[in-house]
Amino acid sequence: MREIVVLSGKGGTGKTSIVASLAAIAQNKVLADCDVDAADLHLLLNPTVREENDFRSGQVAVIDPEVCTQCGLCQELCRFDAIHDYKVDPIACEGCGFCAQVCPVEAITMRECLAGRWFISDTKYGPLVNARLGIAEENSGKLVALVRRQAREIAERNGCDYVISDGPPGIGCPVISSLSGASLALLVTEPTLSGIHDLERVMGVCQHFGVKAVVCINKYDINETNTAAIKDYCRKNKVEVAAMIPFDNIVTEALVAGRSVVEYSDGAVSREIKRLWDKITGVVAG
Amino acid sequence: MIISVASGKGGTGKTLVATSLALSLKDNHDVQLLDCDVEEPNDHIFLKPDITRSQAVGIPVPQVDKEKCTNCGKCAEVCAYNAIAVVKEYVLTFPELCHGCGACSYLCPEKAITEVPHDIGVVETGRAGGIAFGQGRLAIGQAMAPPVIRRVKALTDPDKLVIIDASPGTSCPVVEAVKDSDYCLLVTEPTPFGLNDLTLAVEMVRKLGIPCGVVLNRAGVGDGGTEAYCRKEGIPIHMTIPLDTGIARLYSRGVTLAEGMPEYQKDFSELYRKIEEAVRA
Repeated sequence: MREIVVLSGKGGTGKTSIVASLAAIAQNKVLADCDVDAADLHLLLNPTVREENDFRSGQVAVIDPEVCTQCGLCQELCRFDAIHDYKVDPIACEGCGFCAQVCPVEAITMRECLAGRWFISDTKYGPLVNARLGIAEENSGKLVALVRRQAREIAERNGCDYVISDGPPGIGCPVISSLSGASLALLVTEPTLSGIHDLERVMGVCQHFGVKAVVCINKYDINETNTAAIKDYCRKNKVEVAAMIPFDNIVTEALVAGRSVVEYSDGAVSREIKRLWDKITGVVAG
Repeated sequence: MIISVASGKGGTGKTLVATSLALSLKDNHDVQLLDCDVEEPNDHIFLKPDITRSQAVGIPVPQVDKEKCTNCGKCAEVCAYNAIAVVKEYVLTFPELCHGCGACSYLCPEKAITEVPHDIGVVETGRAGGIAFGQGRLAIGQAMAPPVIRRVKALTDPDKLVIIDASPGTSCPVVEAVKDSDYCLLVTEPTPFGLNDLTLAVEMVRKLGIPCGVVLNRAGVGDGGTEAYCRKEGIPIHMTIPLDTGIARLYSRGVTLAEGMPEYQKDFSELYRKIEEAVRA
C-alpha cells in the first residue's frame, strides 16, 4: 500500500481540485483529507457519513474560584499569558499543566478538550476519512495523524493499493504530520513568485523528512517565464516535474457544479491529470 | 488601529490585499505591515523591503545536568507534550516537541534542568518605501508557528496603522495572528471552497469577538452563494475585485495591484474608510 500526500506550501494552488480528480481516476484506494482546519474535499465527493467520532485532545486549565486564594503564582509562571485576574483564557492556554502542578491549594484542574470531530464516509470513489478541527483549536497535527492512521487501517483491511491525502497549506505542524512516513509527496505549485517561494520551502520540508517528491505545475501558462524557472529549480534539485496543467476556467466551473474536473470535461486539463496519475503510479511502484 | 487580513481558504488574495492596502494608505498614514504567515511569508516578494535587522526566535527547551539528575522521572511526568522521556539512566529531550512552558525546570527537585534557547525561526524588520515592515520565518522542519508569530506581533507599534497578514486556515497560527486586532478583513472568492472556508473563518473571528468584513476577490467566477451568505449573516462586503487575468499576471510577477493598476488605490483607500467607520460604530 502506497500513501501519496498532496501539498503545496502556498494555499489555493489547486490541491483539492487535483485530489478530487485523482479520486475519480485511481482504482482501489482510500481518500484522506488532512486539511483539518479548512477541509474542502468533501464538497466534491458527496460523502455519506458512516461513522462519526469525537477528537479529544489537549487540555485546558480551569481555576476553581472557591478554592483559589489569588496568590498569583499561576499568572506569574504561565509562559503563554493565558491567566488574567485568576481566570484562564482557554484560547491562549496551551494545556501544559504547569499552573495545575504548582498551585499551592490545588485550585486548578486540567480538563480534556473536545478539539474536533472525525468521520469515516462512503463516497462513490471509495472510503473517505476526514475531520473538522474545532474553531480556534490546537493539536491539528494530532488530528491529522489520526486521520492518516484511520485511512491506512481501512486501506490495509480492504487490501487497497493507495491512500491519497489532501494536505494543508504551509510547512508547519499539520504539514509535517501529513508528510512524515508517506510514500510520495505531490507538490502542486503555480508559476507565480509566491508559488515558487513557497514550493522551495515545502520541498525543503520533504527533504528534511526524507520523503520523495514530484511537482505538478498548475496553470503553467499564466506565466511561462516562471514555469521555466520552476522546471530549472526542479532539475537542479533532482525533483521530477510530473505534470503541467494549463489554466482553464473549466476547473472552477466543475467546482461550482460540485464535481471533479476529470468527470466534468475531457479537455486538456483532464488529460494532463490522467497523465499525472500514470506518472505517480510509476514513481511509487519503482 | 490594527487590521488583520485572514481567509480560511488559501490563495484567495490575502497578500494582494494586505500589500496593496499598505501601499495605498502610506502617503496619508504611518503604516506598519507585519507578515504573520510565518510558514510561507510572501509580502516581502511584493514590497521588496530593505531588511535591516534579523533576530533568531528561540523557545526555551530543557537541558539536563547529568551530574545533578537522579532519574526521578518528575520532568517526564509533568511534561504535557512528551518532550522528555526518562529511560534507565538517561533523560532524553525532544526539543521539536517542547512548547517551552518551563514546568520541567521549575519542578525538578534537584534543580538539574536549565533552559537553553532552541531556534525555530527568525524575525526580520526593515522598511519598504514609506512602510515599516516586519515578518517572521519558521525554519524548515519546525512545527510550531505560534511562538514566531508572537514575536512578529511584539513589533506592533500602537501609534501606527498596523496591517497584519495571517496564514490560511482557522487554527492556532491564525488565531495567534488575528487576536487583539480591531478589525479582521476576510478575503474570499465566490466558489464553494471559498464559501465553506469563509464560514469557518467567520466562526473563528466571532469566537475571538473581532468585527469582520469581506473582500470578494475574483468576482465573476462561481455562483452567488458567498454574497447570499454575507447578506444572511449581516457581514458587509467592503470591496469587490473582479476576475481579471491582468491582475493574475501582475501577481505572478510579484507586482502589487496598487502599483500595477494604480486606479485601485482609491478603492483601497475607500476600503480603509469603511473599516474605520465599522470600527467606530
